[in-house]
Amino acid sequence: METGDNQRKPRVVRTRDLRMRYGSTDVLKGVDLTVERGEVVALLGPNGAGKTTTIEILEGFRKRSGGDVEVLGVDPDHGDEAWRARLGVVLQSWRDHGRWRVRELLSYLTLFYRPYRERVFDPDELIGLVGLTDHADRRIGTLSGGQRRRLDVAVGLVGQPDLLFLDEPTVGFDPEARRGFHELVRRLSGTTILLTTHDLAEAEKLADRIVILVSGRVVADGTAAQLAARIAGKAEVRYRLHGEEHVLSVADSTSYVRELFEEHGKAVDDLEVRRASLEDVYLALVRESEHKSEAVVA
Amino acid sequence: MNGRAVAVRAGVRRGRIEFRHTMTNAGELVGWLWLPVVALIAMYAFGDGPVPGVDFPLGAHAVPGILAMNAVFTGLMGLAMALTMDREDGTLLRAKATPNGVLAYVVGKVLGKAALTVAVVVLVLVPAMLLFDGLRPGRASTWVNLVWVLVLGLLAVLPLGAIVGALFGNTQSLGFVTLLIMGLVAVSGVFYPITALPGWVQWIGQAFPLYWLGLGLRSALLPDALAAAEIGGSWRHPETVIALGAWTALGLTLATVVLRRMARRESGSSVAARRDQVAQRLD
Repeated sequence: METGDNQRKPRVVRTRDLRMRYGSTDVLKGVDLTVERGEVVALLGPNGAGKTTTIEILEGFRKRSGGDVEVLGVDPDHGDEAWRARLGVVLQSWRDHGRWRVRELLSYLTLFYRPYRERVFDPDELIGLVGLTDHADRRIGTLSGGQRRRLDVAVGLVGQPDLLFLDEPTVGFDPEARRGFHELVRRLSGTTILLTTHDLAEAEKLADRIVILVSGRVVADGTAAQLAARIAGKAEVRYRLHGEEHVLSVADSTSYVRELFEEHGKAVDDLEVRRASLEDVYLALVRESEHKSEAVVA
Repeated sequence: MNGRAVAVRAGVRRGRIEFRHTMTNAGELVGWLWLPVVALIAMYAFGDGPVPGVDFPLGAHAVPGILAMNAVFTGLMGLAMALTMDREDGTLLRAKATPNGVLAYVVGKVLGKAALTVAVVVLVLVPAMLLFDGLRPGRASTWVNLVWVLVLGLLAVLPLGAIVGALFGNTQSLGFVTLLIMGLVAVSGVFYPITALPGWVQWIGQAFPLYWLGLGLRSALLPDALAAAEIGGSWRHPETVIALGAWTALGLTLATVVLRRMARRESGSSVAARRDQVAQRLD
């Protein structure tokens, strides 16, 4: 790894051995996570993996049970209002301020950031950035799901944050709304973003780096290419031999197939070789880790 | 300007915006007005009898009590319901995610509901003055007393609303508080002079702000001779100031503690959990 390079970059988020326990349930079992300036990191994992808990701890909304956490150089449990002004928060779902109008809410919110930030978004500029110019005077309660989410992002951006949290930003979106939202996030390039998602394609599309969280543990951390390389050699081989179907995952598919033909010749039928996709890697990791943690419980 | 001063100003703006939202929403306005309007109509129709011991119709005598009852309902329940609903839909969490946002939120909510309470009192008082004979709108003292009693009453009642709203997790359980206030109405001499009630019931009534708010408004709106129908035959202004002041002090102290706790506990997951509860109730 390029450790030398990493040390020069200031870390925006750093957790070491982050733990969270509700009653007798361990939700986070020692999470190590870093986000560097300008990076878009996706925290990817199935439901119940601890993504939202992690992000709520980083936002300072929830006290952790153990471990070290720094967000913008400050422990979130002791973050003051000046620290808060540097964060943008987009939680899973908002239904608030339904009777306010879009511009009314955004210009109200800009007031709070002015004492702390050098540059605060002009409400109309922000409305344009998230593509709501035609809806600036609409009541928020009448916006569609996708429009509402754009507004949530605008709210997160009001203070030109040094770090933006996006928790499950596209849950419940139709494909078109999702594509539009992804374009919006890409337009924010340069902003440091930590997003959570359980959608691998979304993580791949938006993030510079993907951190896979399963059952409260980080099981993989790297770029999409690095993750794919982890089992890139592996491939799935499917064939029929004397009428019986075989499915195998093998490291060296080329020599496996050569040997297969040498041994059985024409008896091999319906041969299919498939490279493991990033999705296969992800699903394999999830299955493996969930299986492991079940074994520990048992 | 520092962040907290900015937040207080933002809170004033919030209060103004939300007050406007309520005043331009016919449905909500009717929700706050129907109770006093029904009470006034009832007193107009059946309040011809005299107040015991005084030559004055019961109907007009009940007007200040109805105003007091409605001020307590609007101020206390209005604020409590707003706080509870805002936790269900994430408004409070939004405030928490904003620098000094909770301060502005509380300032805005309290001012918005205070303005609503005053508006509702005025909207009921003006037609009542035209409808009932015997009220005294022509005196300067009427308006002076009305203002200080209403200000003290709001100071006593609004912190209680904040406490109730912070403690009750969902809007349904607030029905219990409505029942309590109904009980208070019965023992506070709202519709009929409190002196007609047994002594121990009078003591219960005098322990709560509704009685004192009603007494103060009667002193403002009724002829001075009506003081004869009150406990001790007097409007008891000093006692009113002390009783409402004590509730204010107690309420503000407790409200600060309870509101801090409410804000500290708020997170996305708690909003989601509450929303699930609401969804289950609706199923």
